[in-house]
Amino acid sequence: MTGGDQPALRAVGLSKAFGAFRANDGVDLALAGGARHALIGPNGAGKTTFVNLLTGRLAPSSGDVFIGGERVTALPEHARVGRGMTRTFQINALFDGLSVFESLLLAVCQRRGQGARWWRRLSRLDAEQGDVWRLLEQLRLGADAAVLTRHLPYGKRRLLEIGLALATGPRILLLDEPASGIPAAESREMFEVIAALPRSVTLLFIEHDMGLVFRFAERISVLVAGRLLCEGTPDEIAKDGRVREVYLGGQAP
Amino acid sequence: MSSDVVPPVDASASAPPIVARAPGLDDRFGRLEIVFWLLAIAPLLVLPDYLVLASQVLIAALFALSLDLILGYAGIVSLGHAAFFGVGAYVAGLLSVRGHAEPLSGLVVAALASGVVGFCTSFLVVGGHGLTRLMVTLAVGLSLHEAANQASSVTGGTDGLSGMETSDLLSLLPFDMLGKTAYLYVLGVCFVVFLLVRRLVHSPFGLSLRGIRENERRMHALGAPVQRRLIEVYTLAAALAGVAGALSAQTTEFVGLETLGFDRSAGALVMLVLGGAGRLYGAFVGSCLFMLLQSVFSDIHPAYWQFWMGCLVMLIAFFARGGILGYASDMLMRLRERRALSAAAPAARTRA
Repeated sequence: MTGGDQPALRAVGLSKAFGAFRANDGVDLALAGGARHALIGPNGAGKTTFVNLLTGRLAPSSGDVFIGGERVTALPEHARVGRGMTRTFQINALFDGLSVFESLLLAVCQRRGQGARWWRRLSRLDAEQGDVWRLLEQLRLGADAAVLTRHLPYGKRRLLEIGLALATGPRILLLDEPASGIPAAESREMFEVIAALPRSVTLLFIEHDMGLVFRFAERISVLVAGRLLCEGTPDEIAKDGRVREVYLGGQAP
Repeated sequence: MSSDVVPPVDASASAPPIVARAPGLDDRFGRLEIVFWLLAIAPLLVLPDYLVLASQVLIAALFALSLDLILGYAGIVSLGHAAFFGVGAYVAGLLSVRGHAEPLSGLVVAALASGVVGFCTSFLVVGGHGLTRLMVTLAVGLSLHEAANQASSVTGGTDGLSGMETSDLLSLLPFDMLGKTAYLYVLGVCFVVFLLVRRLVHSPFGLSLRGIRENERRMHALGAPVQRRLIEVYTLAAALAGVAGALSAQTTEFVGLETLGFDRSAGALVMLVLGGAGRLYGAFVGSCLFMLLQSVFSDIHPAYWQFWMGCLVMLIAFFARGGILGYASDMLMRLRERRALSAAAPAARTRA
């Protein structure tokens, strides 16, 4: 659908001011199709705000967002999901009162355009249910299908958080600290699931664990105090003096 | 997280069949449900003297069911749902007073009118959140109540709308003094509406309502138009409340201001708390219990029945959050677990 050299996702001069505080200040970013792009930066740099601007959860003070060349700045969040972009949340946003199976089925029905059908029976949606079983297998949550989300242990809740996003069949996936709060061993497992995603999915992820970032990212953008400090390959970023200064407690320029 | 993880399945088996029955999606009519509806027919044969009361119980249940759609499923707490019950009742009543006495068409017109009022006010309700939303529902209810009071030339004001007459059901069954036809009529309409709501609840639309109740933020990120879903369900709930109101008007042949009153809105909420919200049958169990207790408590002291009702609601709120049905299903699940355990224990012993 997108032209060969058209970026899958592009932010142009995105800014967001909360009163006098500029959480994002003219951030430019272009993700090529299939990118594995990390967004890093110290706490309070505005990374989550940036994701919220991309998804439409927040309206930008200025700047634009393009999905595959189409300007989506004015579209509400759910319409952008319909264009293939979704996100995960830093703090789990799950359906505690639904079972794991129901949660994923809900997402799959929405993707397949069944979400508003009130005369169809969930028990008869074989294609949708098949999708859910495949997802459960991919996430290794098959044994927990019938478990109420509220009763899942934290690590599996985190997996379901990713699973819900995958269930929307995204072409662009924004991961806000996917491994936050889980032990190192499990966070590697989490990134294995993410790394196994096909190249048809473009990834942007926020992550604090530099080991994971340098292992999985092919390009890295560094955000400091709402501004883009630099962008480059992991090697370039590792050698960049300014980045080192920011991370070793120096003053941001 | 390692011990109970399912071993990775061979990825080459690309399209795994539906491995097991999808958990929690069984929507076949259960035995208990059949028993329930047979019991609902029973008053016709067993309690001929209480049919008028039984009709009132069913109408209250239908009204509570319509509230359950938005409260128990979509998670909208409303303190003004009686607005739609009242609109339905007055529309059916006015039709009848002006000479259109045929009940079924009156029911349809009343439902449409309530649906339209519901649709128009849904934008106010859905736009806000939390306390704002609650206050809007309350305000809509109170405004309509006062409007009906002021427009006494049309509604009869505090005297109510009288002079109604309901013609024979299907031009066959006259509405008799004992209320036999009325009960049949109410039961039939209740059953049809119930089937509709039941179907809806087990559909993708119903699941998306529960999703909105559980986590609205996530629903946006799944691509669901949350506002539109809420407007749709609010409109439908209003129309169904209008059906209940019209049934009340047609079977009692009277419409008073209390059809729009706050007490009715609050009563339906209490019924759902007692019976269990978000459970379809909670509305029916709750309304039976509410009406029964109202008469028992009134016998203790006619003026203070609400005191005892309040005590009971508090008890339920503290000790049985899911209402009677929620409590019963918890107990049942625990019983099953215990039975499964005790069945497994001797087997383990013999193996050892």
